[in-house]
Amino acid sequence: MHIDLRTVSITPLRQTFDHIAARIGGDKAASRYIEATMDVQANANLHYRPTWDPEHEIFDATRTKITMRDWYAFKDPRQYYYGTYTQSRARMQETAEADFEFVESRGLADSYDEGARRTALDVYLPLRHVAWGANMNGAAMCAYGYGTAITQPCLYQGMDQLGIAQYLTRLGMALGQQGDLEAAKHAWLEAPVWQELRRYVEDSFVVKDWFELFVAQNVALDGLLYPLIYGEVEKVLTVKAGPVVAMLTRFQNEWFADSGKWVDACMRIAAAENAENKAQLAQWAAHWCSRALTALTPVAQLALGDKAGAALDRVASQLDARLAKAGVLTINA
Amino acid sequence: MSNVFIAFQKNEESRCIVDAIVADNPTATVNEQPAMVKVDVPDQMVIRRSSIEEQIGRPFDLQELQINLITLSGHVDETDDAFTLSWKQ
Repeated sequence: MHIDLRTVSITPLRQTFDHIAARIGGDKAASRYIEATMDVQANANLHYRPTWDPEHEIFDATRTKITMRDWYAFKDPRQYYYGTYTQSRARMQETAEADFEFVESRGLADSYDEGARRTALDVYLPLRHVAWGANMNGAAMCAYGYGTAITQPCLYQGMDQLGIAQYLTRLGMALGQQGDLEAAKHAWLEAPVWQELRRYVEDSFVVKDWFELFVAQNVALDGLLYPLIYGEVEKVLTVKAGPVVAMLTRFQNEWFADSGKWVDACMRIAAAENAENKAQLAQWAAHWCSRALTALTPVAQLALGDKAGAALDRVASQLDARLAKAGVLTINA
Repeated sequence: MSNVFIAFQKNEESRCIVDAIVADNPTATVNEQPAMVKVDVPDQMVIRRSSIEEQIGRPFDLQELQINLITLSGHVDETDDAFTLSWKQ
């Protein structure tokens, strides 16, 4: 008996789904990101109109003044779908946990300079509430937005902010104790230095246009807050007392660089679509950046004293440069 | 004139590496097999980190290509930014 061994090449009949093939121009292999994102949201045969908003369909592109021929133009440069997003954040979390462990095992928090500790507790802890607000807003942008390409990363952004709120809590527990968390909440609710920022966050909760909310939260507030706190203030603390706070806020730093790529891409794509979008984005950016600067000024003064003005100028210029690069003009004071 | 070639396991990461190679090496030919993808280029193939980063959407260390590498041919020249295979000396 003669046994013949052969290899048989079995090629798939199709490389991808029809709706993906229609978008990428033919039956080619598509990446997981593309297959997990494009046209995932329903756009026809929707359920009955929501009773809480009968003016709109459940998924409705008119919930914003921004107009797009194709809402799936908003591809995330990071190509995050659920799988790659969780992998990325798991990696970042491992690094952050190692840093917390490093500080705790060596008792670096206990021996930390008292003045720097006070600054860290007074300035960083109330930001837990700002981060929680950002989580709410990320969920709102996802809920009322249109098109999985942009709503998906909005939700990831919100989840990241929840993680950041938790890391700030852990910072508080490492450098202080339960009472400091309560004091921070009390300051958030009562102390004059925080009320402008608190008003900003609470006003953002009632912004109806989800793209305006995107600008208010992801561009204006985070675009100024993160370089101010995790750039300017962190530098001062490190020079004064060593890198303990920098280590305990590693996640926030890495996250801001990562999410900035996505935020800038969305602004660039929306502004390039048509002149009305560009004008609308410029107007929103001007309004919310100005409010954010006002809200952050007392916080900067609390953290940096008389160096606050120069620091705020630097972070405002950074944001202006980002917006100019995205093709959105802004008139910042 | 001989081909240099490189062969990877077929997965989401090597897809981006292959796309980058094809973008940077116009004479490249791609041979798709059930679990392997092989790229042949006459004389010299340059794999650039920046091109891979454009495709993959995240920072990429060129040494990561070793994770999915099956085999290759040619003289190897490695820097942080480019991995080159060639028959020229």
